[in-house]
Amino acid sequence: MIKHHPKDELLTVFVDGQLPASLSAAIAIHADMCSCCQEKIETMTQTQASASFETSHLDDVIEDSGSAEKALASSDFDAMIDAIVVNDKIAPPKKIDEKNIMVGDISYTLPYAITNINLASFSQFGKLARARLQLDEGVIHSSLLHIQPGGGVPQHTHKGYELTLLLSGEFSDEKGNYVPGDFILLDAKNTHQPFSKTGCLCFTVANDALYFTQGISRLLNPLGTFIY
Amino acid sequence: MPLDMDNKELSQLLIAVALTRDKPAFSLLFGFFAPRIKRISACKFPNPDQSNEVVQETMSNVWRKAHLFNPIKGPVTTWVYTVMRNVTFDMLRKVETNKEDNLSDNIWPIADKKESWHQVYEDHLAKRNILACLESLSENQQQVVKGFYFLEMSQAQLAQHLDLPLGTIKSRLRLALAKLKQQLGEDND
Repeated sequence: MIKHHPKDELLTVFVDGQLPASLSAAIAIHADMCSCCQEKIETMTQTQASASFETSHLDDVIEDSGSAEKALASSDFDAMIDAIVVNDKIAPPKKIDEKNIMVGDISYTLPYAITNINLASFSQFGKLARARLQLDEGVIHSSLLHIQPGGGVPQHTHKGYELTLLLSGEFSDEKGNYVPGDFILLDAKNTHQPFSKTGCLCFTVANDALYFTQGISRLLNPLGTFIY
Repeated sequence: MPLDMDNKELSQLLIAVALTRDKPAFSLLFGFFAPRIKRISACKFPNPDQSNEVVQETMSNVWRKAHLFNPIKGPVTTWVYTVMRNVTFDMLRKVETNKEDNLSDNIWPIADKKESWHQVYEDHLAKRNILACLESLSENQQQVVKGFYFLEMSQAQLAQHLDLPLGTIKSRLRLALAKLKQQLGEDND
């Protein structure tokens, strides 16, 4: 059972469309796998929608703006209506195509939320393989991270935040075992050492390089930038 | 322009747009939503050209995608809000990262992936071109079939909405189904 969920604060910002694409996609993927978060999102959307379209807000705007502006706006609106209805066609049905990827000899179906994001090819580092999602969000990097059976990431901490969303397979760390759908958001205060006995595929989002904290792993700090 | 309408009125207008491409109904919806969308988008896009683009793009999607609205799933305001949120998200992304990849419809699908009508068509009637068959029906028959099956309206709701006696709706639906059945083959109940 999924035990790790996005916090309500995060869901609210998600519903309002204010999160970066990477985190929005992660929450959408989680919600597709978690009916309780899906229900919360639906309720929040309904609440935010009725609050946004309430009439009382509108009165302020109308009182504030001068009559000339108002006249201009309403003629703009009439022109817009004409431009829209001149074409009678309905939007063609969106074709929902599955997108599969191969990691080594395993095939995975990508979650719907990220099917149309360009994916770079996988690069390998021991039992880890990473493919970057080309979202161009500055310091925020999103990737698919694949861990082969028996592989793991040495104990590390984060300067920013790191989100791991388990898509398939399993892994565990000091805090327990994770199942597909688990949404694990860590900040600079946390250290952990994920390990996968049977292998897994994760969607990860981080906004700074990982920093390895223990012994020989410090030598691996280039791995930190690899994973980030 | 109406400043206030309840969900029932909004719902009837949007369904009229979906079923009959009803332009006066769309104008009323536009009168209700456009100033509200303008107010919200003006907070996110200081440039008035951009906030107007949000209004234009959102309302244009409402016109083109009205058939994807499902009154069972929630009120009209929620549906229009999601359309507006998606347009805004894609535009902000274009402004901030210069990417025109329109990711929003994948993150927040406008049509329910399981229940949208083309999905119904793909799932159950794949290869039997039901949409083509629908087009062979008269305009009047198409209205009742789409309303009944795709918008899940009751026969009584359809009668009220189309302003026709219930008996007419029932006989239209019966004739339309008979014709569809003939075209699709008897084995396709």
